[in-house]
Amino acid sequence: MMKRWHVLKRLLPLMAGVVLLLSACGRADLSTLNPQGAVAQEQFNLMKLSFIIMLLVVIVVFAIAIYVLVRFRRRPGDNKIPVQVEGNHKLEIIWTVIPLILLVILGVPTIQSVFALSQDYSKDPKAVVVNVTSHQYWWEFEYPGLGVKTAQELVVPIGTKIAVEAKSADVLHSFWIPALAGKIDTNPGGNVNRMYFETPAKEGIFLGKCAELCGPSHSLMDFKVKVVDQASFDNWVAAMKAPAVLPEDPAIAQKFQSQCLSCHAVGDMGGPAFPNLTGIGDRETVGGILVNTENPKYQNEGSTYDNLYRWIKDPQAVKPGNQMPKIDLTEQELAGISKYLAEYKLNYESETLANNDATDDSQESKE
Amino acid sequence: MAHAHEVKRYSGLMDWLTTVDHKKIGILYLIAGGFFFLIGGLEAILIRIQLWKPLNNFVNPDTYNQLLTMHGTTMIFLAAMPVIFALMNAIVPLQIGARDVAFPFVNALGFWTFFFGGVLLNISWFAGGAPDAGWTSYVPLASSTFSEGEGVDYYVIGLQIAGIGTLVGGINFLVTIINMRAPGMSFMRMPMFTWSAFITSALILFAFPALTVGLVALMFDRIFSGNFFNPSGGGNAVLWEHIFWIFGHPEVYILILPAFGIISEIVSTFSRKRLFGYSSMVFATVLIGFLGFMVWAHHMFTAGLGPVANALFSIATMLIAVPTGIKIFNWLFTLWGGSIRFTTANLFAVGFIPTFVMGGVTGVMLAAAPADYQYQDTYFVVAHFHYVIVGGLVLGLFAGLHYWWPKMFGRMLSEKLGKWTFWTFYIGFHMTFLIQHFLGLLGMPRRTWTYLNGLGFNEMNLVSTVGAFLMGIGTLLFLLNIIVTFGKPKTAGNDPWEDGRTLEWSIPSPAPEYNFAQTPLVRGYDALWKEKTDGNNGMTPAEPLGPIHMPSPSILPFFMALGLFIAGFGFMYRNWIAVAVGMATVFLCMILRSVKDDNGFHIEPDELHDKGVKA
Repeated sequence: MMKRWHVLKRLLPLMAGVVLLLSACGRADLSTLNPQGAVAQEQFNLMKLSFIIMLLVVIVVFAIAIYVLVRFRRRPGDNKIPVQVEGNHKLEIIWTVIPLILLVILGVPTIQSVFALSQDYSKDPKAVVVNVTSHQYWWEFEYPGLGVKTAQELVVPIGTKIAVEAKSADVLHSFWIPALAGKIDTNPGGNVNRMYFETPAKEGIFLGKCAELCGPSHSLMDFKVKVVDQASFDNWVAAMKAPAVLPEDPAIAQKFQSQCLSCHAVGDMGGPAFPNLTGIGDRETVGGILVNTENPKYQNEGSTYDNLYRWIKDPQAVKPGNQMPKIDLTEQELAGISKYLAEYKLNYESETLANNDATDDSQESKE
Repeated sequence: MAHAHEVKRYSGLMDWLTTVDHKKIGILYLIAGGFFFLIGGLEAILIRIQLWKPLNNFVNPDTYNQLLTMHGTTMIFLAAMPVIFALMNAIVPLQIGARDVAFPFVNALGFWTFFFGGVLLNISWFAGGAPDAGWTSYVPLASSTFSEGEGVDYYVIGLQIAGIGTLVGGINFLVTIINMRAPGMSFMRMPMFTWSAFITSALILFAFPALTVGLVALMFDRIFSGNFFNPSGGGNAVLWEHIFWIFGHPEVYILILPAFGIISEIVSTFSRKRLFGYSSMVFATVLIGFLGFMVWAHHMFTAGLGPVANALFSIATMLIAVPTGIKIFNWLFTLWGGSIRFTTANLFAVGFIPTFVMGGVTGVMLAAAPADYQYQDTYFVVAHFHYVIVGGLVLGLFAGLHYWWPKMFGRMLSEKLGKWTFWTFYIGFHMTFLIQHFLGLLGMPRRTWTYLNGLGFNEMNLVSTVGAFLMGIGTLLFLLNIIVTFGKPKTAGNDPWEDGRTLEWSIPSPAPEYNFAQTPLVRGYDALWKEKTDGNNGMTPAEPLGPIHMPSPSILPFFMALGLFIAGFGFMYRNWIAVAVGMATVFLCMILRSVKDDNGFHIEPDELHDKGVKA
């Protein structure tokens, strides 16, 4: 028995090494193995614990299996009949009790964590409450305490608990920000789900995804979470509430009002049914997946203007099955509206975040 | 021939359409299940081609959702279940010393309803689009509001018809195993495969009605504007999730338990050792079956059930690891001290053990609810369930088919081709799915038509696709093996592996129509092995040689299933004439079956192929 324990002790550093290898794996803005917030960190700790226990099980089984298969293979000409063993009570008790002990080791923190993560922070004055409503195929974020509504990009302050109340306007979706927290399904019909997550102590941009099959564009239903410092966040809230700015060119402004604002809103104008466009020029993406960047590398990247142009020209080509029809616009109107929207910025960010794009790129090139 | 029965016996195609012989029905299940396995496999290959590079447009997103739905539905209901039924039909009656199943007519009905249900489901491809809401068919996506067209109707109706087949099949095996065991074959002397067939049948009995209820409710929602799952009409979408998984989780054990049984038989035979801890194996199987009904909500940890439910279902799920662990160690200690022969069947069986353990441990990881908030609906889950279903069940089925092939067809599959099958399939499998764990952990959700470039998913998806092709090659090699083998003469003896331990190896290969010329007397666990070690030449008969009563063939099961098939189309397209014609056919067949006295026929002793032993 002592000997077996020694083997185990020798295995421990190996397992610690594997776990180290696991952590800090993948992009900091996307990977569950590289958690950036307290909730994701707690979930990652549980993942690590279960992984270590399970690795132990796998190693034991593999070791016995390999030993048995090599040691007891039938040699040519071997015709002996092995002893017909019926069983062994001692062994059977061992491999019933040890797994039970392992499960207690895993089960206790699991239960603790289930209850800890189900805390409702919506009444906590320090927390930011966000009502998340999912639609085919976009995300609506409403801040009931602040009187602000936005879409596709969740702007939140650093080091804060975000209390999420999630529901769906149509089919099931699932709200997931891998680097910050596990997911919660969004259900239809007033069946509101609650969860919370904590933003990291520094600024950053994180990828969010829909994790429940919701139709043809399920895989394209991405969103971004932008974590900004408190001052920027306050600026953002104020700017979101400021009166809308319309295009300078009156013809474009007229067209924008008649064609776009029937569904969309900017500032205090327009309709609430579809994504709010206030400050869309600041956003990281158009439609959640056309990434705005000055140095496009991939099919889904382009400048903010190009992306808006591409989206408005043929929304169905970007996200099949979404609700936005092809709008009847002249080339000039299309360009004018795209330009107006691309330049519709709220300029709320402090300098640190503005430089964040650069760090993001260096991470990508490391990949 | 001097037999005094008036029953017409058919040959050729009519023989197969009218057969009620469990061995022939087993072969029918194998052919149909194998066919659907190839279709489901082709769908998997198309999925992997679509995902081999980012932002690929090999298939459009609508087609992709149809492919992923039909891949899952086909593999679970139309490939895995039927091949399990193929082996259960072919082997269980032989293992318990029975001449047929308890209800041969119902057995045929079960096959034909499954077959026509499966055909109906697949016709959707040519009738304006297959179902596209996932094999779980979550509402509201599967409701008529969000899934227009008939796709999901095909799912709802096809699975109801196929489900009848599974349910009656399960009941049939329960009754068979309880009532038709040979003298001396007590429950605790039954071979492990028969035990697993027994527990699986019990799970079918309790799980499938839940699915049927759900499907009927969904059918009412879709076809008759019901409101079971429609929130705006007072229904509840989460209700469907509960109903589906109350069926769906036991279904996982319905699939895997027979594989456990197969592995137990093969490992024991090819290590020439008695199964280690037989009674704890039985106990573990029963316990897994029982716990299988207690854990459905672990598929819904993120559905918002609250901390109490999540905690309870976490712990219940973890508990299943204990009986499963007992099984793993029992297999390893069956091998321990044995004399292990690496036939293809045994390669699949010993390949199963570590692979299944890998699928099992990720299952425990998934059971920890807060961690599952991260895993749920990602490729980690895809990897997990393919490890248990492909790495578990499919390897088990390959093992079982190689092992029992001589008993079913009288011919040995080529060992050389078999080993090629094993290595290509096995390596391909791990290549495809091991890496998917990491894809999920790095943030890739499942059921995604495509993924963006630059997220770090590209290489892993490419590896996965290459692996899928290797699995495809492995499957084709198995087909080739079957074709080559059918060109060879039937030379397999009673006990072609030489170390057979159970009753099926005491009779000719393939088994004659009546299985046992004389019902054998079972004197212990591993009945044949016991006789061998006692120096006896075969089983001791429990009855004198006499006329053998046989059930007569019937075309009615075929027409009953056909009637349901026609009525199914009628319901979908609101064609009430077709509904009337179809249902009239079904009821007419039922009436015919009820009023016509059918006493079967007898095979006289002088007609027997093997003359048996004088009792």
